[in-house]
Amino acid sequence: MQSISPGGVPGNWNASPSPHIRSGATTRGLMRDVCVALTPALACGVYFFGWQSLRVVIACVVSSVASEYVYQKLAKRAVRVNDLSALVTGLLLACGLPPTAPWWLCAMGGVTAIVLIKQIFGGLGQNFFNPALGARTILMISWATFMTASMAAQPGVMTGVDTVSIATPLAMKYADAAQAPFSIGRLFLGDVPGMMGETSKLALLIGLAYLLARRVITWHIPVSFIGTALILFAIKSGSIIDGGAAGSPTQSGLYQILSGGLFLGAIFMATDYVTSPIHPWGKIVMGAGCGLILFVIRAYNPAYPEGCSFAILLMNLVTPLINRVFRPKMFGEQPAPAKPKEAKASA
Amino acid sequence: MSNPGAREYRFPGGFHPRDCERTKALTSSAPLTPFAPSERLILPLSQHIGAPGEPLVKKGDSLALGQVVASIKAYVSAPVHSSVSGTVVDIAPCMLPSGVAVPSIIIQNDYEDRWDPSVTPDPAPESRTPAQLRERIRAGGLVGMGGAAFPTAVKLNVPEGQAADTLLINGVECEPYLTCDHRSMLERTDELLDGAILTRVILGAKRVIFGIENNKPDAIKSIRDAIQRANIPDCTVAELPVRYPQGGEKQLIYAATGRKVPIGALPVTIGVVVLNVATTIQVSVTLRTGKPFVERAFTVTGRVREPKNLVVRLGTLVSDLVDACGGLEPDAVKLVLGGPMMGVALSRLQIPVTKGSSGIIALGLEDDIPDESPCIHCGRCTRACPMKLQTTMIDMYVRKRRYEAAKASGVMNCIECGACTYVCPAKRQLTQMCRVGKRMVPLLVK
Repeated sequence: MQSISPGGVPGNWNASPSPHIRSGATTRGLMRDVCVALTPALACGVYFFGWQSLRVVIACVVSSVASEYVYQKLAKRAVRVNDLSALVTGLLLACGLPPTAPWWLCAMGGVTAIVLIKQIFGGLGQNFFNPALGARTILMISWATFMTASMAAQPGVMTGVDTVSIATPLAMKYADAAQAPFSIGRLFLGDVPGMMGETSKLALLIGLAYLLARRVITWHIPVSFIGTALILFAIKSGSIIDGGAAGSPTQSGLYQILSGGLFLGAIFMATDYVTSPIHPWGKIVMGAGCGLILFVIRAYNPAYPEGCSFAILLMNLVTPLINRVFRPKMFGEQPAPAKPKEAKASA
Repeated sequence: MSNPGAREYRFPGGFHPRDCERTKALTSSAPLTPFAPSERLILPLSQHIGAPGEPLVKKGDSLALGQVVASIKAYVSAPVHSSVSGTVVDIAPCMLPSGVAVPSIIIQNDYEDRWDPSVTPDPAPESRTPAQLRERIRAGGLVGMGGAAFPTAVKLNVPEGQAADTLLINGVECEPYLTCDHRSMLERTDELLDGAILTRVILGAKRVIFGIENNKPDAIKSIRDAIQRANIPDCTVAELPVRYPQGGEKQLIYAATGRKVPIGALPVTIGVVVLNVATTIQVSVTLRTGKPFVERAFTVTGRVREPKNLVVRLGTLVSDLVDACGGLEPDAVKLVLGGPMMGVALSRLQIPVTKGSSGIIALGLEDDIPDESPCIHCGRCTRACPMKLQTTMIDMYVRKRRYEAAKASGVMNCIECGACTYVCPAKRQLTQMCRVGKRMVPLLVK
């Protein structure tokens, strides 16, 4: 009989539980898509801030991937550097650091993100903060002077780093409230001071389009995050386009959402699978919550002009709760029958 | 417009399996071919959901084709009939793919195919009462042939106080590779229609709907033409877009009628009874000719040299069928009994075809199952779940043995369709964890 089993050895068949066919989606593929989507934003950062700023990206990526490898080796866990999640963390971290960040600051960021925020809690999928964002916030608190120093964009100037640091659009608004330091167009293209990957909204939107087209993320978080912020700032200032009643164009809804790290956070940070809700309504609540917290920090705390990181981190913390509350109804699940309250009260 | 005037209902979750078209094309034009029964057959005495049968024969007994070999006492049960004429060689436990050893009758075929005298045709089943027809179906050993193998007579007995207004014939065959239902719809259209009409009489149902996916346009046309020729009222074909797991009972009912089966309830509570096409054809055969359930259509496909659709006697060894299809390709590494999404991987080929098995698929290395990696909470499993369960949570709870929490997350409502595992980028065994949960919860959670 020819049909015994491969190699004629009986009982050597592959046996595993069903299903026996799988889709082509892989963790590595998803992470690679995120890397591709981040490329335009980082490329714009390097273009506007000069070649020297590329070393921020390299330092972040190398430190993140190396930390992951070394930690997994030392902890005797399976080395999963190949899933590219540490690469994504490195790139996201670079996006959130100033182009002037010294290499040791980047390395501190990489180690903090991977070891302190991700691996200590069990590795991929177990962290409750977005690693890159958590690390960035720790750096922000620990080395505020390095973190807030930005530099003027020098499009096309491929020289060394200009040591003169200048304030970001959001920090500027308090110094000169009467007129906007940057036009909406410049804010959109990214020709403004800021962090490596946050300045060009155009590049970030290209990344968003790619992520949506590849079905890596859904629209819920970015749209509800940016939308909530836009509406709240527009209501406060009375205008979407210009300063309106508040008298300052920097307070308008559009200026606010195009400034700072809002787009970067809404598209790449708040949508992190591990630390954001799973179900559609939960995602909308997450995005709206981020928008609200960001608005409160930016609008009511003059000492701290940028609130995106804290907004997302705070919503990361309530993600498990959101997942519980916004559980979708099972197929065929009936609405819970009204409890006979009165009968109980009288008893 | 495929269903004029009908609204399209889309069940939640699901996906279009990749390679569905390519894998079905291996056998979709291979006509049903009778497979001459082999010398030796193994007939398990329990091939259905419900109480097992008691053997009525002993070693050395002579058997006629269609003779009852296992009796039934319980209500939810089905008798087993000899699928050839011959001699009982032995009665011994046989390990079925489920991992359960079932007492089985080993038969030496005498190649005479002598029918048992109890097998008598009925010239006018239409004139019988529903109870008489149900009894004949019960005696014929009919069970659902789509895989679940639930006794058909029990399904067709509408409980007191309830009424079925719709008979839904399941011709979806949403599993990749399998085409035996497709071929049966094409080649046995008249028997299919006859079985549906007789079943409608038994149920006292108003309408009959055939649910078929639009990747089988020839079957849809064949059935529509037959309905038109015979001028049957209230009998329609619902042409459904390809979407796995549309063949799931609850999913098909929603897609074809827009009705949702409440959690924990049977379809009949919302007036629907679903019957697989193969079962419906067998209803016609048994009611008209008196022949019990002794053979079924069976797809042999994948990495075999000549993929085929065979009509196979129950108890035939799968190894004989693979040999009849030219044997396995050298690179076959896995043998799946049933569809690739819900079928069971076999550890050996020497197992018998039973009432609920619809095919054997040999898979190559390209379908090797990758190792699991950590869950990244992407939510694809919950989006693919046709029951809208929180699969990521169930996976975590079951692995941590938190069965109360798994139950609260709805694990008992899992239909084990495999959609979550199919879409998982981390390649986690989510369906298997749901299965574990479904077995453990009744044991450990009060």
